[in-house]
Amino acid sequence: MIKDFIKGLWRENPILVQVLGMCPTLAVSTKAVFGFSMGLATTFVLISSSVTVALIKKLVPHEVRIATFTVIIATFVTCADYFLKANFYSISKALGPYVPLIVVNCIILGRAEVFASKQNVARSFLDALGMGCGFTLVLIVLGSIRELLGSGTIFNYAILGKGFEHWVVMALPAGAFITLGFLVGLFNWINQKWQR
Amino acid sequence: MNDPKPYLSPGPHIFGNQETPRMVRDVIIALMPAVAVSIYFFRIRAFLLIVISMAACVGAEAAIQFLMKRKIRITDGSAVVTGILFAMIIPPALPLWMAALGSFVAIGIAKELFGGLGSNIFNPALLGRAFLMAAFPTFMTAWNAPITLDAVTGATPLGLVKFSHNLDISYLNLFLGNVSGCIGETSAAALLLGAGYLFLRKTIDWRIPLSYLGTVAIISFITEKASPGTYAGPAFHLLAGGVIIGAFFMATDPVTSPVTKAGRWIFGIGCGLITMVIRLWGGLPEGVMYSILLMNGLTPILNRITRPKRYGT
Repeated sequence: MIKDFIKGLWRENPILVQVLGMCPTLAVSTKAVFGFSMGLATTFVLISSSVTVALIKKLVPHEVRIATFTVIIATFVTCADYFLKANFYSISKALGPYVPLIVVNCIILGRAEVFASKQNVARSFLDALGMGCGFTLVLIVLGSIRELLGSGTIFNYAILGKGFEHWVVMALPAGAFITLGFLVGLFNWINQKWQR
Repeated sequence: MNDPKPYLSPGPHIFGNQETPRMVRDVIIALMPAVAVSIYFFRIRAFLLIVISMAACVGAEAAIQFLMKRKIRITDGSAVVTGILFAMIIPPALPLWMAALGSFVAIGIAKELFGGLGSNIFNPALLGRAFLMAAFPTFMTAWNAPITLDAVTGATPLGLVKFSHNLDISYLNLFLGNVSGCIGETSAAALLLGAGYLFLRKTIDWRIPLSYLGTVAIISFITEKASPGTYAGPAFHLLAGGVIIGAFFMATDPVTSPVTKAGRWIFGIGCGLITMVIRLWGGLPEGVMYSILLMNGLTPILNRITRPKRYGT
């Protein structure tokens, strides 16, 4: 049981191993706060839809399962979207269309299809929690690196002094690709070290 | 740990005299006039930037090859060439640590992470410059007048023609390099001298420079005839900015340009076309860097579609 949770953090990490959900990963990781809130919103949708799918898996005809999953996911995405709009308007505004776009995040549909529709509720919950945490962690690391080099702060706390020259490229899409490339490289390097 | 692969030189191998150390030596010798002129015009700044870039490139190559457990090959001199070429295309007022960072990106990311010498898709020096351009745009577009080193923001000849339509051009200064710009690209005379040496030694192929410069000349000739008040003529577009250093020293890089003859023609024409489109209608005053990088990306396709038919098939 505990393995269902752990594997999402490292061995089957949705970003670093499965390379899923690239759109929010690359687009909203300009700042650590954005990555964090995006990760939380996705985790909420992921857990809710995985549990729901696991609950109703016997009722859903096989032929229309994808459409059913999508409707379930869209329901929770709408909840998350309105929740952010009501309580964290500035973050919701900064994330822009990427909150509604969680509905097409392949991590969520992927977990529903390969895991939740075949397993019981408890395992599906742990699996979704692990995947969500893994996703959130990578987004925070990615956002922190880009924020640190792009504006000298992490979570809006000034880390590097005033004399620091902002690397504009880190706030641009190119910075996201370069940083993610290095993260995946580092991840694979650590894995190789471990296997020896 | 030894590198299991044999030492490969870029094709075509039939011409024989293309081993890396010889090419590297030729290119370094060919760059010497431009280096001397740049130190004359931009004084200590040019000297420091060239030395720092070379040191950073060699250091980055040694460090990355050590970390990736490859054979350390800094003695082949290709990193030195990248360092000099990179220093030639950065502005004289650039802080030294940015030059070092750009050199690191050039060698570390653009060359070694793509597989090292012979495996890189993009020209390392140009990719290093593109990174700096995206990271520190204000520093990469701050220019100094030659000799006095007074700050003259945004006033390269290309910028003047593009943004203030100032067509009062001194072609002699443009030819000698007595204008503001990147430290090694301003002097067409010194670069042409070096290019002549490369042709004599048959180190570079004439097709890419000819088709590149030809395309630039034809397009600027037509646009000048069409509206003489706004666009400058072929002489200006050939001498100003980085076209000369780009066409002779960057676009001819044997690793990142096509190996077939037809491919080289297309490559040069494409570079010229993109350069002129950016210069005349784009948002930037200069387009040499992006034109060559874009065509670098097309090189594998050009090699494939222009592959000559085998005899008898």
